[in-house]
Amino acid sequence: MPRAHSPGSRALGICRPGRVSYLEALALQRKLVEQRRSGAIDDVLLLLEHPHVITLGVRGDGGRSHILAGTDALASRGVEVHETGRGGDVTYHGPGQIVGYPILDLKPDRCDVHRYVRDLEDVLIRTAADFGIGAQRVPGLTGVWVGREKLAAIGVRLSRWITSHGFALNVSTDLDYFNLIVPCGIADRGVTSVERLLGRPVPTVAVEDRIVSHFCQVFDRSAVELSA
Amino acid sequence: MATDVVMPQMGESIAEGTIVRWIKKVGDQVDRDEPLFEISTDKVDAEIPSPVAGVVSEIRVKEGETVPINSVVAVIGGAVQAAGGVQPGAPAAAPPGPSQQADGAPARAVTPEDGARSAPPPRSAEPPASPASSPRPAAVVERAETIESAIRQRSSPLVRRIAKEHNVDISQLRGTGIAGRVTKNDILGYLDGQEGQEGRVGQAGQVGQVGQVGQEGRVGQVGQVGQVAPGGIGSDTVEKMSPMRKRIAEHMVLSRRTSAHVHSVFEVNFTRVAQVRDARKAEFERAGTKLTYLSFIARAAIDALHAVPVVNASVDGDSIIYHREVNIGIAVALDWGLIVPVIKHADEKNLLGLSRSIADVANRARTKQLKPDDVQGGTFTITNPGVFGALFGMPIINQPQVAILGVGNVEKRPVVIDDAIAIRQMAYLTLGYDHRIIDGAVADQFMSIVKRALENWEPNAG
Repeated sequence: MPRAHSPGSRALGICRPGRVSYLEALALQRKLVEQRRSGAIDDVLLLLEHPHVITLGVRGDGGRSHILAGTDALASRGVEVHETGRGGDVTYHGPGQIVGYPILDLKPDRCDVHRYVRDLEDVLIRTAADFGIGAQRVPGLTGVWVGREKLAAIGVRLSRWITSHGFALNVSTDLDYFNLIVPCGIADRGVTSVERLLGRPVPTVAVEDRIVSHFCQVFDRSAVELSA
Repeated sequence: MATDVVMPQMGESIAEGTIVRWIKKVGDQVDRDEPLFEISTDKVDAEIPSPVAGVVSEIRVKEGETVPINSVVAVIGGAVQAAGGVQPGAPAAAPPGPSQQADGAPARAVTPEDGARSAPPPRSAEPPASPASSPRPAAVVERAETIESAIRQRSSPLVRRIAKEHNVDISQLRGTGIAGRVTKNDILGYLDGQEGQEGRVGQAGQVGQVGQVGQEGRVGQVGQVGQVAPGGIGSDTVEKMSPMRKRIAEHMVLSRRTSAHVHSVFEVNFTRVAQVRDARKAEFERAGTKLTYLSFIARAAIDALHAVPVVNASVDGDSIIYHREVNIGIAVALDWGLIVPVIKHADEKNLLGLSRSIADVANRARTKQLKPDDVQGGTFTITNPGVFGALFGMPIINQPQVAILGVGNVEKRPVVIDDAIAIRQMAYLTLGYDHRIIDGAVADQFMSIVKRALENWEPNAG
């Protein structure tokens, strides 16, 4: 039987605070990055859910031109818009989507941004496979795809090799909300979710558990659940 | 002295980088390791710290420009240089501290103003949808602090794990870390303090582990070690059993008392399975899992359980309960003991599904992610002492089940085929069964089905 990881692997705190507003999560990540840098905490993986929000990346106009809906339409649907410090273009977060924010120190042996992104993709592809979904990478398009549809988005920030931001996996997301934007600025591809692909509901926590397991394997960490 | 700042290589396959934002301007004072600029590659944004302390004397690459790695993007001088856009007043204006700028205001946001320092959340680009749903900054900070303190207080999962393994109550230790946190050194120091004991205990523990791990049957031997020195003689070490150890001990002795154990060993030719495994390995890897011998054995055993239902049963008084479900327990070796997570409805899974499930429960067992439900409801167990080199095992039945399959080491051995000596992948499989309800002929019938399936594996059989 395969070993999950060597006994000496680094600890990874798993924190599942439930639904957290985008701004709260942003403030939290900022603090955790500082604390991770100072060594006050170990690596942490935040798994949470955001209320409806559209977020913009740092490139170009941050993807503002990729928001299709007018301010009124956004307001009437209760969708906030926020700028972020992550890479990537515009994206949507909302209920039914697992948002993962790994706060990891990639030093000393993982100082490679492409490897980090590939590893995140790997975690999500394996997670999807556990539910019988054949997800894959598409060269040149970061994220995890099933056919021409995006199952999970990735946008990462590094601050002296401490990671923040991360990934968003659609489990039972109301995909209609993506019609408000051009996800990641890619116009000719759609979005999908675990629930849509399987045609049945899947409990979010089951997917989270698989993410944690694969995350630990790919990143060689030992998970410890934190209650928050 | 002037120092060149270059575009860093952020990864092996990365040849260039785009400067997204200059955090410092020409003339700004910068400390060593203070964020200087931000770069972007695809979906990753990274903040680059200054290699030295000094004053930014030159910026050679504008925001939005892409340059190859190792290109000089800026120059930092020891003092204010007479370079282009230096504004006399600029160095005096205290730059925002690193912590605010580090991850602070988003790139597109205008200059961070003072207010942004104490209230880090960036302004929303559009008016919030409804004021009620927009959290007040104070609430935001408060909530973040709650989560954060939860993480910090329990922030050393490693320490907590060490504490758990050694049965140490962390609250009884004096922490030297931030805010009195118990650090790794603190707990290791504490454990070192009990060194004489710990060293030997560790060894004794290992003897036990190899036994339990390989196969429950050997736990009995560990018991014998205990009999040599029941109370501890002279320099012997006396160690309290961990709760898991105690449960294993009780469970094993109970099983020996309950069932009339008999074992039957079959030799199985795994050559065909080895070929199929090699042929399909890549296919399974693409699907994100590993194809192991155990998956084939589990699949074969499940089919045999359908054919011989009394092996998938329990005893209740003088009744035999035939289980409709086939829930396969997989014995998983842990550094701290042994656990048998259960794959529910294993008969509904194909080879791929079984491989995934086995890897999944094994991983979750080792990362302590199993839920109580994951170790209950088993109707038959497979244990794999072969991975530790055992030729075959004589496993103890996992109550209230009535049979357990032990898998020996799969290796090349000389065998006689048509009066010639050939080299084949061989292994011994053992069925431990409860003679109260399973007779030898029935057990052997079960094992024959397993053997036949493995030796004649259809290349593409699920």
